[in-house]
Amino acid sequence: MTVATQPQTARIPVKGGARRPRRVRRLFGRLLPLGPALLLLAIFFAGPLIWSVYTAFTNMALSGSASTQFTGLENFRRMFSDPAFVKSLELTVLFVIGSAVIGQNLLGMLLALILRGRNAIVRTIVNGVVIGAWVVPEVVAGFAWYAFLYKTGTLNSLLHHIGLSQDWLYSMPMLAVILANTWRGTAFSMLVYSAALSDVPPELLEAAAVDGASSWKRLRYVTVPLIRRSIVSNLMLITLQTLASFGLIYVMTGGGPGNASSTTPLYMYQEAFQFYQLGYGTAMALVLLVLGALFSLIYLRLIKLEDS
Amino acid sequence: MHGRRKLVAAAGTLLLGAASLSGCTISSGSSSASSKTITVAYQEYGDFTQLNTEMQSLKTQYEKANPGYTVKLEPIQASENDYYTKLTLMNRSASTAPDVMYEDTFLIDSDIQAGYLAPLDSYLSKWSDWSEFTSTAKSAAVGSDGKTYGVPMGTDTRALYYNKTLFKQAGLPVPWQPKTWADVLSAAQTIKSKLPGVTPINVYSGKGSGEGSTMQGLEMLLYGTANQLYDSSSKKWVPSSPGMLAALNFIKTVYTTGLGPDVQDALNPNFGTTVQTELIPEGKLAIDLDGSWVPGNWTSTGSKPWAAWSSTIGEAAMPTQNGQAPGSTSMSGGWVLSVGSHSANKQAAFNFVALAENKENALNYDVIASQIAERTDVASDPKYLSTNPTTGFFTNLVKVTHFRPAYPVYPQISDQIQVAMESVMTGQSSPSAAMSTLATETSSIAGASNVATG
Repeated sequence: MTVATQPQTARIPVKGGARRPRRVRRLFGRLLPLGPALLLLAIFFAGPLIWSVYTAFTNMALSGSASTQFTGLENFRRMFSDPAFVKSLELTVLFVIGSAVIGQNLLGMLLALILRGRNAIVRTIVNGVVIGAWVVPEVVAGFAWYAFLYKTGTLNSLLHHIGLSQDWLYSMPMLAVILANTWRGTAFSMLVYSAALSDVPPELLEAAAVDGASSWKRLRYVTVPLIRRSIVSNLMLITLQTLASFGLIYVMTGGGPGNASSTTPLYMYQEAFQFYQLGYGTAMALVLLVLGALFSLIYLRLIKLEDS
Repeated sequence: MHGRRKLVAAAGTLLLGAASLSGCTISSGSSSASSKTITVAYQEYGDFTQLNTEMQSLKTQYEKANPGYTVKLEPIQASENDYYTKLTLMNRSASTAPDVMYEDTFLIDSDIQAGYLAPLDSYLSKWSDWSEFTSTAKSAAVGSDGKTYGVPMGTDTRALYYNKTLFKQAGLPVPWQPKTWADVLSAAQTIKSKLPGVTPINVYSGKGSGEGSTMQGLEMLLYGTANQLYDSSSKKWVPSSPGMLAALNFIKTVYTTGLGPDVQDALNPNFGTTVQTELIPEGKLAIDLDGSWVPGNWTSTGSKPWAAWSSTIGEAAMPTQNGQAPGSTSMSGGWVLSVGSHSANKQAAFNFVALAENKENALNYDVIASQIAERTDVASDPKYLSTNPTTGFFTNLVKVTHFRPAYPVYPQISDQIQVAMESVMTGQSSPSAAMSTLATETSSIAGASNVATG
């Protein structure tokens, strides 16, 4: 659907005094083929979206009551006096910063930098391995990590030989899911940064080297400023993706033990579909939306500061 | 040239749109029940396969007796909590709601309130078999409006199972009948010190086992104290009481002193299946606080046939906390067949229920699924009495049994009990802190005026 809208934006510059009726007709002609798509979007996307905003202000439940009452801000009041929800927000921020902003972003950048200028064979092998983790479906990745970290799993059978063992799924569930999500998502950042780095003119780096800049200084003052737009778009994309991450954590820990790895999407699922409080669950979805918007604002602000 | 391309594109998009739209109507249309098709929704999961076997046979019988009718079986493959969720989601829309459904009695009030179920009184009054059901069975699915919303398939009680071989190895007496909670824990203690590698005792706990944790775990403890979850004289919920604290402390002892299963295993939603088909038959678990249906897994038609079970496994009633009268306790629940309120042909749906619950079919199901019969003619049938050696023991517990408070908010309070148990067993909260959270949550669910202050 995004593809279909492109020709329209590409041809927008129309000369000042163009005749109006013709323009309207042409616009209509262009929009007509989009009609069914827009209609479908309205039915299957906008519809549920508006519905979920509405239910966030009601006490809608899956069972237990035949009618639904409008309860205003009650769900939000309850949410912020619910320690389990506040904890889930903290865990979500920890998960996003740990696995996306630090894990995927830095590791992806590092891999892209190391691979720059290496020979084709090395690049192919490393790319293959990293992208392999990204291609694997979320549930499969989650299960692979579960089997790896489980107390009788692969890692412990290996560690057993040197007299060690770990129990991270139970004792450090957040570390386990952050590791898994970093492993899974690094490929995306690596690809974004590889593309961005290939646009950095080698002459600039050479000139800086001739002027005596160390490799750290070349990275800090030449490369990073040149690819900062890619950094911000990458951060924004992976942050939004990680905020909504559900399957991986659900498969690995189910949000447990207790609520030790219950990020907001998992807590939301529990309240809406296990405890039947649909209204309360959708209200949390709205809060999650606001959290995503906040992260995006911070990133956009960063790029503006750099520009000025 | 240009215009033609546009036209083609437009036609293509329209076609695509039309195709996806019609695709949707077809799929939702096919699931809406035509009056000649009876959809039956029930659970089939893990070790619980007996109901599916029974339903397959009922489908054949029904279609033979009612030519022109089709029975569409919709087994829902999901663990217990997910089964309720999926069934409830199906019930939300008339086009997906089943005609006949398998309902847990603890959820039935909630679903009656939500308007998912049809009252059956007018059909039951014309059904001669109804008089064969015991009075407890008749009241199992009565709503607050006094109408009956389901026909019970069988009830259950709960008690301790113990492995006689392991008990002998550890030097414990066989047969075993603990008098107090302390007796239970000291036997577990002995197993722990004498038989390393064997899990001494399992008490279901936490969100993973769902309602099983609340009922087989916490309530089996709580109802053996001086307190209960609901005080029917003052009509208030009692989330915090000395009994509740003692029950949570028992859970804490089991899971934090190495008497119970590994917490990580116990929190797995499939743990019930693991206990019944692996840990007990393989002799890795000495004591299990569980339901009367468990031996159904071990019979020749069960999911884990185990011929030696009746000589290996003994049963003991769950004692009260300090041995106070009546000395032992139990909890009873059970499942019913209900007719959906959206059913287009309720008479045909009820006919299916009546067929499923006639003497022959009820007898067959009670035997293969190890249910306690709710029809007097089945209960006295020699086949019922002879097939399962534990039937007498578990039927006898009906004298000391308790029922869950049958109110629409019970399922939500049960969820919070599981949260409290999980926070205690993982050491995230102390029993008293977990109890005070439970009290807060109960107040917000039931309304502060309906909750006793502890």
